[in-house]
Amino acid sequence: MDIKAYIALSLTLFTIGLIGVLVRRNAIIIFMCIELMLNAVNLLLVAFSKMHAASPAVKALPTYASDAQVFVFFIMVVAAAEVSVGLAIIVMMYRNIHSVDVNFLNRLKH
Amino acid sequence: MNITTFIFILLSVISVGSALMMIASKSPVHSILWLIIVFFTISGHYVLLNAQFLAVVNIIVYAGAIMVLFLFVVMLMNLNAETEPIKNYRLQLVGILSGGSLLLLLVLALMKIDASHQVQMKVGDAGLIKVLGMTLFKNYVLPFEISSVLFLSAMIGAVIIGKKEEKSAN
Repeated sequence: MDIKAYIALSLTLFTIGLIGVLVRRNAIIIFMCIELMLNAVNLLLVAFSKMHAASPAVKALPTYASDAQVFVFFIMVVAAAEVSVGLAIIVMMYRNIHSVDVNFLNRLKH
Repeated sequence: MNITTFIFILLSVISVGSALMMIASKSPVHSILWLIIVFFTISGHYVLLNAQFLAVVNIIVYAGAIMVLFLFVVMLMNLNAETEPIKNYRLQLVGILSGGSLLLLLVLALMKIDASHQVQMKVGDAGLIKVLGMTLFKNYVLPFEISSVLFLSAMIGAVIIGKKEEKSAN
């Protein structure tokens, strides 16, 4: 499989996540779209890792191809921490304004 | 068309379709269920790339832990299609147009690249748990340890944010 197919797939998923952030007003859905964008980047990192695994430079350096997959692992770790804090913030917001609509969060404007 | 290409196209179509359904469905619970399907298809892509460790971790962490957390919060708040806030249609159209033009621009830029690199499918030991473990604990020990501190601070932060405020604090 060509790397371009994976780049196109990741771009599509990333853009769908971006459109979701722009279009939806529910804070939880926006948060889920951010998770989708993170996953698109993860998929692209793994595809690039396997692209490098096919190159001859991998013989000189044994960890040449698996570095990107360790990065994906760290992205998942940070995403898990981010979700726990972010959902706590959304729950607190719901407790204060009884809605998850992000348009109510414009108090800095007034 | 060989079987690998067929599986790749099938998984890609399912993941893009489910992602579109996720941002299109009115009910937040349905959005979460569609996103779980997207995560499963991405795990399928990892299996196809022989990144077995990441495939399993993706299912356990994303489709398991994170999405259950989302589902739990949505059910705690009792959100459904009726309580869903609707953005006005002009803003929705602007969002779709700007996102679509970004996608068009990036795909056109991608098409101009002449170089072709093949991705190693179904074989290779770069994604096996032995190689990844050696890489993680030889080259990336410090970030690994720092991530444990990050988890601890995230846990404490979530507890402090989620705690009910005392009346005397106001």
